[in-house]
Amino acid sequence: MASSSLSANTTDLREPPAPLSRWRAARKWIAAQEGWVFIFPWVVGFILLDLGPYIFALIISFLNWDVGRPPTYIGLRNYQAAFTDPLVGKSLWNTAYYTLFHVPGSTIIAFAVAGLLNQRVRGMPIWRTMYYIPSVTSGVGMALIWIWLFAPRGALNGMLGWFGIEGPRWLTSTTWAMPALIIMSFWGVGSSMVIFLAGLQGVPQHLYEAAEVDGGGWWAKVRHVTIPMMTPYIFLSLILGVIGSFQVVTQALLMTEGGPDNATLFILLYIWIMGWNAFKMGYAASISWILFAIIFAATIVQFLGARRWVYYEYQEPG
Amino acid sequence: MSATTAGMERRRPIVLRAFRWTRRILLYLIVVGGSFVYMYPVFFMLRTSLTKESDLYVVPPIIVPLPPVWENYAIMWQNGPTWSWIKNSLIVVSFSVVAETVTSVSVAYGFARTRFAARDKLFIGVLATMMLPGAVTLIPRWLIFHRLDMIDTLWPLLIPRLFGTAFYIFIMRQFFLTLPRELDDAARIDGASHLQILRKVVIPLSVPAIATIAVFSFMNRWNDFLEPLIYLLRTENLTLAVGLRFFVSRFGTEYHLLMAGAMLLIVPMIFAFFLAQKQFIRGIALTGIKG
Repeated sequence: MASSSLSANTTDLREPPAPLSRWRAARKWIAAQEGWVFIFPWVVGFILLDLGPYIFALIISFLNWDVGRPPTYIGLRNYQAAFTDPLVGKSLWNTAYYTLFHVPGSTIIAFAVAGLLNQRVRGMPIWRTMYYIPSVTSGVGMALIWIWLFAPRGALNGMLGWFGIEGPRWLTSTTWAMPALIIMSFWGVGSSMVIFLAGLQGVPQHLYEAAEVDGGGWWAKVRHVTIPMMTPYIFLSLILGVIGSFQVVTQALLMTEGGPDNATLFILLYIWIMGWNAFKMGYAASISWILFAIIFAATIVQFLGARRWVYYEYQEPG
Repeated sequence: MSATTAGMERRRPIVLRAFRWTRRILLYLIVVGGSFVYMYPVFFMLRTSLTKESDLYVVPPIIVPLPPVWENYAIMWQNGPTWSWIKNSLIVVSFSVVAETVTSVSVAYGFARTRFAARDKLFIGVLATMMLPGAVTLIPRWLIFHRLDMIDTLWPLLIPRLFGTAFYIFIMRQFFLTLPRELDDAARIDGASHLQILRKVVIPLSVPAIATIAVFSFMNRWNDFLEPLIYLLRTENLTLAVGLRFFVSRFGTEYHLLMAGAMLLIVPMIFAFFLAQKQFIRGIALTGIKG
């Protein structure tokens, strides 16, 4: 979707082809390179901090590199080890489980909340801020709060108690630790919510009027106007959601440390443990490439699938 | 008087009006109720941070702890070198916000408003760094900074910010593309350089968008956990977010102290968000982050 606007302003103002002296041609060429000055910092950073490290990571993944000892080349053995490591399998499964519930769930919630916040209600700036604040404070602060909310005698179980339900020991239960992290993630939907809100404000009003003329009710308008017009935003939110979800780590590190019994061992957490606790940099790098392959495949699949359901206005003839 | 005539003119069937009213009330209930559900963890944190430990599990629960127990904060503060943590966080955040914003704006201008052969190909590189998982670069970057002898210093958290951040470049470029091109064409005819156009024409029109990426930068750097975790070692060198990690192990189930620590991390962000909120919301709406 982003590539669609790549060529948005490449329509050059056609200049009449005038015969130029070599000197003037050279000057013109130099002037045309001025843009490099502006993007120079990014190019340097891209080479030093992205492209270089990617190549470096590939090399490291073929090495047996325990920090402190000289690395030795071991070919594909890191990858072989990773594919047979039950904890790699377990952590990938956990990550997929989280993604499967977190991404659709938070997209739907963000969409619904954005729809609510797009209504005409008094005091809206206050309500919007209240929905957004948990996202502003996401990360460590929120994790600390939720440790307390999920405590065996914490607020959540207190509330369940009102209904006579005895709540589970959320974060220390192998069954409930992951659902707990997923539930908590629904409080951090603020950024997709704001993206959706921006999108909703761009839906042309006349489409709703047309739907009304055709006798469409509330649901018909949502189904046939809002959702189709919002598909580019939903798509962006899904793409970024999946990429982020596969790299979740902070909550697990703080709240469960991957436990109990590895029930919340996410793949990035396992990479961190291998790299910085076990100091097996080569092995950690090889797992990070497996993670890369999975995220890359998931993104490609989504882009291919997008052709079926994402609607772009400019594709419409006329 | 006028109100009654207006009412007479409309002459809506009473059932329909009643229906509309119920819908309106329901809408308010959902919007306001939902906002309390979302704010509940924050209220709850504030309350717990001011409650005596012995009152934590009292039935019925205390909603407003009176008198507030400020000692919790004092105990929490003395848990570690809190001043150093705050100082480190402030260094990282203030440097990052300025560096990331300035560089990203300049790079985005280059991608949106100048012309050179490789520009669009390079922009695919920006999109790629946005989409490709950062997890892969974690280890090589650490080894590079290790080789540079910068582990346990703030440099690995500062240097990368000098090169612009893909997501912010993307947002700013999309925004710049919406500005009418005639503006800078006019400035060009008057003989302005690109730098002058950026400073005098483009930036003044982009304040909400710039505020948006500045807020994002502030939030992300203040909350950043994984990077300081791998680069910083000694307790007094940590940032606040990572320093508070010790709370979990040390205070364990002393939730009143845990919540006081969480407050310390959250309050500056809520404050910053309120300050920037107006520009921020406008910026989000304007940039549209559409792609």
